[in-house]
Amino acid sequence: MKKEGNILLEVKNLSVIYDNQTQALKDVSLQIIEGQIVGIIGPNGAGKSTLIKAMINLISHKGQAFLNDQPIHKQLKNLSYVEQKSNIDTTFPIKVLDCVILGIYPKLKPWQLPGKKEKEMAVKALNKVDMLGYENRQIGELSGGQFQRVLIARTLVQETDLILLDEPFVGVDITSENIIIDLLKELAQAGKIILIVHHDLSKISKYFNSIILINKHLIEFGSVENVFTAENLKQTFGTDVFIPSESRDRND
Amino acid sequence: MFLFLQKAGIEMINQFINELFQFNFLQRALVTSVVIGIICGVIGCFIVLRSLALMGDAISHAVLPGVAISYMMGVNFFYGAVLFGIMAALSIGFVNQNSKIKSDSAIGIVFSAFLALGVLLVTKAQSSIDLTEILFGNVLTVKEQDRTLTFIVAAIVLIIVIVFYKEFLLSTFDPTMAAASGLPTKFIHYTIMVLLTLVTVASLQTVGVILVVSLLITPASTAYLLTKRLSTMILVSAFIGAISSIIGLFFSFTFNLPSGVVIVLVITAIFAITFFLAPRTGVLWRAIKH
Repeated sequence: MKKEGNILLEVKNLSVIYDNQTQALKDVSLQIIEGQIVGIIGPNGAGKSTLIKAMINLISHKGQAFLNDQPIHKQLKNLSYVEQKSNIDTTFPIKVLDCVILGIYPKLKPWQLPGKKEKEMAVKALNKVDMLGYENRQIGELSGGQFQRVLIARTLVQETDLILLDEPFVGVDITSENIIIDLLKELAQAGKIILIVHHDLSKISKYFNSIILINKHLIEFGSVENVFTAENLKQTFGTDVFIPSESRDRND
Repeated sequence: MFLFLQKAGIEMINQFINELFQFNFLQRALVTSVVIGIICGVIGCFIVLRSLALMGDAISHAVLPGVAISYMMGVNFFYGAVLFGIMAALSIGFVNQNSKIKSDSAIGIVFSAFLALGVLLVTKAQSSIDLTEILFGNVLTVKEQDRTLTFIVAAIVLIIVIVFYKEFLLSTFDPTMAAASGLPTKFIHYTIMVLLTLVTVASLQTVGVILVVSLLITPASTAYLLTKRLSTMILVSAFIGAISSIIGLFFSFTFNLPSGVVIVLVITAIFAITFFLAPRTGVLWRAIKH
């Protein structure tokens, strides 16, 4: 999928108004270049998920996002989005392997059914998230962390330039979290852009290259070193925020 | 005693098969109800997984005015019923999306209004319509034309489900990912609503307005308890729908009972057995394991 030159995500004057009155997001503009993991940080109700959903045209909005200079809604097949996993019905009759194969569906032709090649891709992806041996489990038979890894495997087979994850580490065990973050770093190194909605301030500099601080509007965007400061956080969260020491969990 | 019962049972089945060969109307009834059992089983899976059970109930009730108007105009009840079913589905969606009214209330408002209008029209045209037959169905009176229409509906439903299986699966399991990757999820929703309406209208002949929801929901729910894959769930559900229709029709014919009611009771019996005895998920199985 990768074109020549850098992958570029550009958000221009994005605004969202709910029910014709509530301003959920006001005039957000930013540019992200390839090879980055970007955290979207802000308090509850700050419009973190809204920002992602508006960017990829899932909700009505003003302004527009561009991927490689093209409007993003014209190349939805070049992005993958994993919503909060609590929104997915895990009692649905689907097995782990089939759930990963769903990621290939958007690129298959209307009549085409997944075959051997697609199965192999899915198995490879499951191997990467260390979930081999679970192919025939129904998805409800997994732990929260295992299911999140399956969703990440599904993202892998989508092979997209842009990856958007909404709270991927909520209810996830530390083993799964480490597997996922290592994999995401690998993908970023390969030149993808990864956006993660995140609410936990403790691992910011460990996980992200840049962060977007928002609270209804863009507070600050830039590299973690420049932006992740007490002053900016106060402006985002409205109160003094204690930045947790990260030395303690460096070895977990 | 047991032997006697067994003998009597075999005799009844023999007689049923004999008469099946003898009477055209009985063959028609059997074929029609089996086909209806299958398509209800198939569409029912999507209805159950998308939590649209109430919607199925609503559409089945909402077709009544269409049936009445068709009778008045002397056309096959199919056309009017399908028209009103689709109108109901669209009105429910419209009320839901353009106000803060929640979907179950929107369904309640629309379908009771349609049902009331339907009953009014039926009573006005009383001479020509038997309300009980519409409300509870009577498969033994199925005409040749109705059977043909049922076949056409079945062909449409099965072809669309097979061709768009991938899209149906993705948008049912993870509507957000489906929308994010560019699938027209709203269009898929209304396609399923139209298929639901077609299937519901076809089922009026066997089980009637009141009990259609059972044919849609119960076989699919039974299959839901038994399977780990959507494709298997659809096959099992269709099989349960078909076999219940055969058994139901047999009892209905042999003991002179109303067909719809008997079919629904057979379906429910299969569900109850599964609910208690199914491996892994059954209530009894889990009780033993603990």
